[in-house]
Amino acid sequence: MEDNKPQLVKVTVDGIEVEVEPGTTILQAARKIGPEVAPPAMCYYQPLKGSGGKCRACLVKVAAGSAKDPRPMPKLVASCITPVQDGMVVENTTSPQVLEARKGVVEFLLINHPLDCPVCDQAGECDLQNFAFEHGAAKTRYEEERRTFDKHDLGPYIQLHMTRCILCYRCVFTADQITNKRVHGVMNRGDHAEISTYIEKAIDNDFSGNVIDVCPVGALTDKTYRFKNRVWFSRPVDAHRDCPTCSGNVTLWYRGEEVIRVTARKNEWNEVKEFICNTCRFETKKTSDWVIEGPTKIARSSVITANKYRADTVKPDFVSRIAAANYKPIDDARDTSQLSIQQLPPERFANSN
Amino acid sequence: MGKKILLEHIDVPGIDTYDVYRKQGGYTAVEKALKTMTPDSVVEEVKKAGVRGRGGAGFPMGMKWSFLAKPEGVPRYLVCNADESEPGTFKDHYLMKHIPHLLIEGMIISSFALGANKSFIYVRGELMYVIRILEKAIAEAKAAGFLGKNIMGSGYDLELVVQPGGGAYICGEETALLESLEGKRGNPRNKPPFPAVKGLYQCPTVVNNVESISTTPWIVNNGGDAYAAIGIGRSTGTKLISASGHINKPGVYEIELGVSVEDFIYADEWCGGIRPGHKLKAVVAGGSSVPILPANLILNLANGDKRLMTYESLSDGGFATGTMLGSGGFIVMDETACVVRNTWNFSRFYHHESCGQCSPCREGTGWMEKVLHRIEHGHGSLHDIDLLVDVAKKIEGNTICPLGDAAAWPVGSAIRHFRDEFEWHIKHPVEATQPGAVYRGEMALV
Repeated sequence: MEDNKPQLVKVTVDGIEVEVEPGTTILQAARKIGPEVAPPAMCYYQPLKGSGGKCRACLVKVAAGSAKDPRPMPKLVASCITPVQDGMVVENTTSPQVLEARKGVVEFLLINHPLDCPVCDQAGECDLQNFAFEHGAAKTRYEEERRTFDKHDLGPYIQLHMTRCILCYRCVFTADQITNKRVHGVMNRGDHAEISTYIEKAIDNDFSGNVIDVCPVGALTDKTYRFKNRVWFSRPVDAHRDCPTCSGNVTLWYRGEEVIRVTARKNEWNEVKEFICNTCRFETKKTSDWVIEGPTKIARSSVITANKYRADTVKPDFVSRIAAANYKPIDDARDTSQLSIQQLPPERFANSN
Repeated sequence: MGKKILLEHIDVPGIDTYDVYRKQGGYTAVEKALKTMTPDSVVEEVKKAGVRGRGGAGFPMGMKWSFLAKPEGVPRYLVCNADESEPGTFKDHYLMKHIPHLLIEGMIISSFALGANKSFIYVRGELMYVIRILEKAIAEAKAAGFLGKNIMGSGYDLELVVQPGGGAYICGEETALLESLEGKRGNPRNKPPFPAVKGLYQCPTVVNNVESISTTPWIVNNGGDAYAAIGIGRSTGTKLISASGHINKPGVYEIELGVSVEDFIYADEWCGGIRPGHKLKAVVAGGSSVPILPANLILNLANGDKRLMTYESLSDGGFATGTMLGSGGFIVMDETACVVRNTWNFSRFYHHESCGQCSPCREGTGWMEKVLHRIEHGHGSLHDIDLLVDVAKKIEGNTICPLGDAAAWPVGSAIRHFRDEFEWHIKHPVEATQPGAVYRGEMALV
């Protein structure tokens, strides 16, 4: 029994020790501890093989390489691709050097970003927004002209707005790994590199819509949803249907009684759990098509929760129930009749209206 | 005269043909290695020789070879990095153009030592005529029985392929080179795994520079110890230096490591001094990516000793007062050279050549280029200098491959040593933007 179990290795991230399987990356180990110590990831995407290492947002300091060789690593390392060693000591938010480098990465990602969040569909669920809010500086030092691109239609459902792209390569990996033929990739190099399809070809396959879900910014957007809504005005609901091509497990985004968008379900790290097909995503937008499971769990910090408290939702009554269950008459010799609120004259309530 | 190993027969007419090369003792090392030595003993000799990678990083070649993983049933590859595109470096080009057989002989010996049956020479795409020279030389070597199946009855097979690159600087980075060789976009890979474990087609691979590989025939013929006897300390052997700039005799020179920088610049044997009527202002000692040094620091160490042309001496003092030998692109500037313009030019190169994979390099190189362009064209402000230093610092060390460092070092060092010149450019935009205008303020000229 013991033989089959791989020897767990101990890693310390920001002073918190965790035991993980060998071969786990630093980022995954830190995620196991919790979101407080998990480094941000702009390009790394766990469901996609080979992703990571590009955005440098997850740089961490390795203060001790392993128990055997406790020398620190000379440079900051990308935590999403660096496997852990037994006895490794990692400094994430506790290292000023890391925070400084991360501040630099935010700045670099933003210098050519249009900062058009007020009109961007991704605003509110944008990884770059969260990352910049958490680690960025309030002001830019960039005075030069920003690089811009024209918008491109990639087929009937997807629009590419390359100006917003941070070249994380997630969509390239997605197309490579979940569809047969990838027709888009990165052209040119340096800061004029762009995601593009081969000679303006349309992306046409059953799973093409997933590139919208994996995009950390608003570069790839759903044309059936563009400019229809702000994400914090909509209410996510988990639902499923019997789909012949995919699992059919999705999140429906309601505005009022109308389904305005369908996306794949995401985990707490904003990563897609199961990729869904284009029919589910773009063509089945009626409540009657779906079996509703219940509200989607959204992180408390997300702006999407702003829509959770609606007039028609029943407020939880657990406060009064707990109070009732714990009620004990106070054994007190004093006259309690003066304290009881019920004994106050009823006019007082009437007046307060 | 210093000892010559690579360029010994460079002046022999027709040395680029097989017959002449063979008459000058060519391919004797292949015979010796394949007939009398085992692969391990060749590796041992190279280790003893202590050759350090001539492509820029200076990593000991024998050690690199010994790291090569050797799993059963998996092919191993040797790839020669002939994608030399660093501004100021042109030694590999020179070597391949004039003595192509030296590289091919080296490739045969190195492939034999590593147990590779298929080896590649990745040449930058701009050098189409060099590719033709190499292909002709390979055909000649094949006809003579030094390539192909069962070379000289030793039972060892080797196929040599010349692959033209697409002309991207980044493909000189070894993992980007491998990606490009596989037919993909030339993006550097994340390391680990290193190429020695998973390289070309996920098989163990060694990537070596042209000059490094070209040393192996001599090492096999004369022994590793004889090679290690040349040079000083851990900088053994000879090094090709591509000398360019304001010197009397620009060109490719083979020096024994350990010659003093002063001798190299002023001796008639090598650069022949600064052009008449001018004085030395600055030197970029190892190709455009290494830190620039002012005249007083390149000639002497911080403690006053003479600086030597060795890996250790050039990097003495760290980046505060030192630089690197790099790939040996020795760019000399006299007082008519404008450091700001030069830095902008380098920066423009790195901006153009950044692959765009990781964000600090992709965005940072462009940013630095734009700020330097502004300063050079008289629109800078003083806080731009600190901005440049900070941006360079944020790129350095935070990227996937060393191109980020290579882009950051020239900018950081130019400001470190020539801050006055940058300030002059900013404070006197009208004078500074005149054609040929250059800072004539206080600085150490030699």
